[in-house]
Amino acid sequence: MTRTEIVNTTGQSMDSKMTSVGVRCKSLTKTYQKGGVKAVDHVSFEIEKGELFGLIGPDGAGKTSIFRMLTTLLLPDEGSAEVDGLDIVKDYKAIRSTVGYMPGRFSLYQDLTVEENLTFFATLFNTTIEANYDLIKDIYVQIEPFKTRRAGKLSGGMKQKLALCCALIHKPTVLFLDEPTTGVDVVSRKEFWEMLQRLKEQGITILVSTPYMDEATLCDRIALIQNGKILSIDSPANIITTFPEKLYAVKAADIYQLLKDIRAYETVKSCFAFGEYLHVTFKEQTIDTETDLHHYLVSKNHEALEIKKIDPTIEDCFIRLIS
Amino acid sequence: MSDNQTAISANHLTKRFGDFIAANDITFDVKQGEIFGFLGANGAGKTTAMRMLCGLSRPTSGTSTVAGFDVYKQTELIKKNIGYMSQKFSLYEDLTISENIRFFGGIYGLSNAQLKEKGEILIADLGLENQTKKLVGELPLGWKQKLSFSVAMLHHPKIVFLDEPTGGVDPVTRRQFWDLIYAAANSGTTIFVTTHYMDEAEYCNRISIMVDGKIEALDSPANLKKQFKTDSMDDVFYELARGAKRGE
Repeated sequence: MTRTEIVNTTGQSMDSKMTSVGVRCKSLTKTYQKGGVKAVDHVSFEIEKGELFGLIGPDGAGKTSIFRMLTTLLLPDEGSAEVDGLDIVKDYKAIRSTVGYMPGRFSLYQDLTVEENLTFFATLFNTTIEANYDLIKDIYVQIEPFKTRRAGKLSGGMKQKLALCCALIHKPTVLFLDEPTTGVDVVSRKEFWEMLQRLKEQGITILVSTPYMDEATLCDRIALIQNGKILSIDSPANIITTFPEKLYAVKAADIYQLLKDIRAYETVKSCFAFGEYLHVTFKEQTIDTETDLHHYLVSKNHEALEIKKIDPTIEDCFIRLIS
Repeated sequence: MSDNQTAISANHLTKRFGDFIAANDITFDVKQGEIFGFLGANGAGKTTAMRMLCGLSRPTSGTSTVAGFDVYKQTELIKKNIGYMSQKFSLYEDLTISENIRFFGGIYGLSNAQLKEKGEILIADLGLENQTKKLVGELPLGWKQKLSFSVAMLHHPKIVFLDEPTGGVDPVTRRQFWDLIYAAANSGTTIFVTTHYMDEAEYCNRISIMVDGKIEALDSPANLKKQFKTDSMDDVFYELARGAKRGE
């Protein structure tokens, strides 16, 4: 089968092999309610071909709006973007036939079976399940035993896998996954990210959004986003090195009392709960900082006290950037 | 353990739907003032169990008391003595903050005088004095959650049930919410919470993990991590839940 040449609206050949950029956006902006709500505020980033890029941020950060603009479902108010060298406004038709999209909520046909949904999407994109079966095989074999079950009756994890198969069925060059692991349990989340790693090895550019900070470390690079604005873009490892202060983890038998006592301690800059430890930073760092804290907490009668220096996590960095 | 120190007790609690055993032989106790984490993968049976404890679903067999009341015969008394908040439903989006407080306070049986007093304290505690006429639907998610929790506590219930209360918000807001939970537990309220965030599991005094309808683990986070020889609750959960049949 000969490869169809993609041309943009001025007739120029946009052979995507010429550029190594998978997705590029410049100053992308979207407002709602007649300018009252700035959902996306001059967002710019570049994703390389074959990169696994994470958009990390909470509800309302602007992730879904960005996705909808990049998949040509929404027009930006300002700024521009290209997906695989194609402009999101002028070349929207071409983009729609070459990207895979898994939106935030399950959006397949609940009353069609697994197999019927897959056939439907393959047909829509003018292909067949067999044509690109290799790409989805690893994922599909997990739901194949249920291929005659209606999609609405699948568990959350299974729905996710089906949605991913439907997004891949036409061998897209760029895959957009909007919060694919939200509301799904720990086991399914882990499996899903393993599947993404395998897809990346096939050269597909993947843009995935998530509110789970621990998933950030599984991406090549991430953009931290809050209130429509990008806070930072870099590899997870590099973002961690930009954390400005020394970070301490502190634990004691009475965590709630510990929280109150540490927050009342004058030289403490920040104190946030992280599971069984509190993460603490100080306004000023001296050689005595750790021992002084120890003395103070002992004087407050804390038992089973533990204080240690630790490396920051992405969540520590995110909290620092939004505080 | 004497009865007035036990907030929730369940003994061989079971719920069947035809041949399907949604909750299978559930047995546990929750002490008054405890923060108890109720975990499990989707489909494990958590919601079924919670509905029985809240007096919303009649068990098939087994016994249970919540706030001292029987889950078969005293469901209305249970509902009066508990608070409830979930991701899926919390407050009415098209009513104002004040209207929601009045509405839920009324449902919880507060008199007008009590409502006025407690409503004012709630609003002052959250710093919402200038926003009482705002529609709840206009608030950011994190604020809705904090407000929803406070409303669930209006009538000072002995036990508050929280069904995945912190989904989707930023890490700082999530922790502010847990500050509210800690304060409530510290003043004697029993907290029964489900969550998918494993770091939140660590804030609990004890947790249980349901797999395929049964409770497969029940202990403090520290003990569970020792038992599974790991320093992460993520790994504990993964080890228990990975073999589950009910993900299908």
